[in-house]
Amino acid sequence: MPCIEARGLRKAYGTTVAVDGIDLRVEEGRILGLIGPNGAGKTTALNAILGLTPYQGQLRVLGRDPWTEREKLMRDACFIADVAVLPRWMRVWQALDYFTGVHPRFDRAKAEGFLAKTTIGRGSKVRELSKGMVAQLHLALVMAIDAKLLVLDEPTLGLDILYRKQFYDSLLNDYFDRSRTIVVTTHQVEEIQDVLTDVMFINRGRIVFDCSMEEFDSRYLEVMVNPEQIAAARALKPMHERQVFGRSILLFDRVERQQLAALGDVRKPSIADLFVAVLSNPSGAAQGGPQ
Amino acid sequence: MSTPPNTVPGTPQESQVTAPAIIPWTQRMYWLVRRELWEYRSIYLAPLAAATLFLLAFLTAFTLSPKHRHEPLDGPYDFAAVLIMGTGFIVGIFYALDALYGERRDRSILFWKSLPVSDLTTVLSKVAIPLVILPLLTFAIAVVTQFVMLLVSGAFLLGSPHAATLGPRMPFFHFSLMLLYHVLTVHGFWYAPIYAWLLLVSAWAPRAPFIYAFLPPFVIWGVERLAFGTSHFLGLLLYRLAGPEPSGGAARSGNLMDSMSALTPVQFFSEPGLWVGLAVAAIFLAAAVRLRRYREPI
Repeated sequence: MPCIEARGLRKAYGTTVAVDGIDLRVEEGRILGLIGPNGAGKTTALNAILGLTPYQGQLRVLGRDPWTEREKLMRDACFIADVAVLPRWMRVWQALDYFTGVHPRFDRAKAEGFLAKTTIGRGSKVRELSKGMVAQLHLALVMAIDAKLLVLDEPTLGLDILYRKQFYDSLLNDYFDRSRTIVVTTHQVEEIQDVLTDVMFINRGRIVFDCSMEEFDSRYLEVMVNPEQIAAARALKPMHERQVFGRSILLFDRVERQQLAALGDVRKPSIADLFVAVLSNPSGAAQGGPQ
Repeated sequence: MSTPPNTVPGTPQESQVTAPAIIPWTQRMYWLVRRELWEYRSIYLAPLAAATLFLLAFLTAFTLSPKHRHEPLDGPYDFAAVLIMGTGFIVGIFYALDALYGERRDRSILFWKSLPVSDLTTVLSKVAIPLVILPLLTFAIAVVTQFVMLLVSGAFLLGSPHAATLGPRMPFFHFSLMLLYHVLTVHGFWYAPIYAWLLLVSAWAPRAPFIYAFLPPFVIWGVERLAFGTSHFLGLLLYRLAGPEPSGGAARSGNLMDSMSALTPVQFFSEPGLWVGLAVAAIFLAAAVRLRRYREPI
């Protein structure tokens, strides 16, 4: 059973189509990065997956319909919608008590263990904590839930780089164990490139690119082309071309490394580079192969 | 609420490791209600403050004005109960207006919805505050207040010829029982549609729930008055606010306890207005549950 399976997932607000027929399949044990510009429909798609919004089309999350079975789904799934949603009046011990009281899969000792590594006091109110500490608290609560699916929508928005690094480190080291599935959206793509197992680009409500990181690493290469060989390089049909310091950087899909090495310096592109290439090149959608 | 855990046939070993203990509904309800008391501390602080202020005033009056020392009174006992329960009523109104609006305004609804608690359970926990928690709480505070008053006046009247007729004319226990009957019937049952309406508006209002809650009744009253020259709607509202009239000869005599004691449980529960009100409350609450499911943060 896939963790998330969507077919023709669609959601419109009035005449604005936020999600325009998404087909999606996320297997158990993956860490999927959902990348897209603002207003691309990422949050709407995640809200549908989490049972926060009604939708059209077919959608099963952990074998359930999220809209009609949100309560049951939330025993096995959890999410951080964004850093600001912890109620500001709540004290840390109240959050621990409440989770213990209502969540059957919450391990209080585990949460206390995570909190012990931070400087967050048990009696502090959320409004007294810094943004980074609120994110730490929320992550400690969520990681103490023995869930099968964790959804993070911009979890590190507005945090400084130290907290962001720490956030993903503890997620990987203390939480992820290959039987869990994580879906994350973020604008800081570079920072999660090494964390992900799969990446998906979403634009104007559609999935325009979808591939695993193994495939990403083996397929895409970027070459800083020597000026005299630019014509030869272009003949190999690059996906995208950009100028940096007066030199051309060309992005290739499925071209042999030896062939490219003759043209200039070859390196692995970042997800951000590929994202720009795919979004500025409409045919890029066709090049993104299935997983 | 006690459905067996959904075990996936393909993964038996995994579902054993994470044996999902289902949390009983009563336990979840308990924590949901505690959660409300954490967030809205005025639920108990406001009636407590009213009781404290009243006791201070009572004590001052007793020490300053000597004539009170020699005659037992029941006016202040009534007044204490009315003051404390009136405070509870007002707190309940403000609570119900914010309960489903505040969580959308500060986006914390996304946090609450990330937990395995249904919208129905959430709304029921919120309506339990004005219908169950506040009446019982204000009742307890009122009784303690009256007991303190009794002790105080007892201490002052000791040795005076009136010592045998301390406190209110009614025996204290009987008085408290009448009070409990009043909070449970009037605040718990009779006012249910009022609080349900406020919760519904709270779940729906895009902004300023206070205006959305009180403007429609006002407009209906005005339109009815202009169009038909009648005020049936206003009468309906006043009927709801005033509580059921005791039938028979014992009309309201101005004394709270008299009118309350005149209304027997049989009369109260055979009052059609009660059942119509409860049905309306159920419809409002069902709509509030549905709205909470659909509404997103503002």
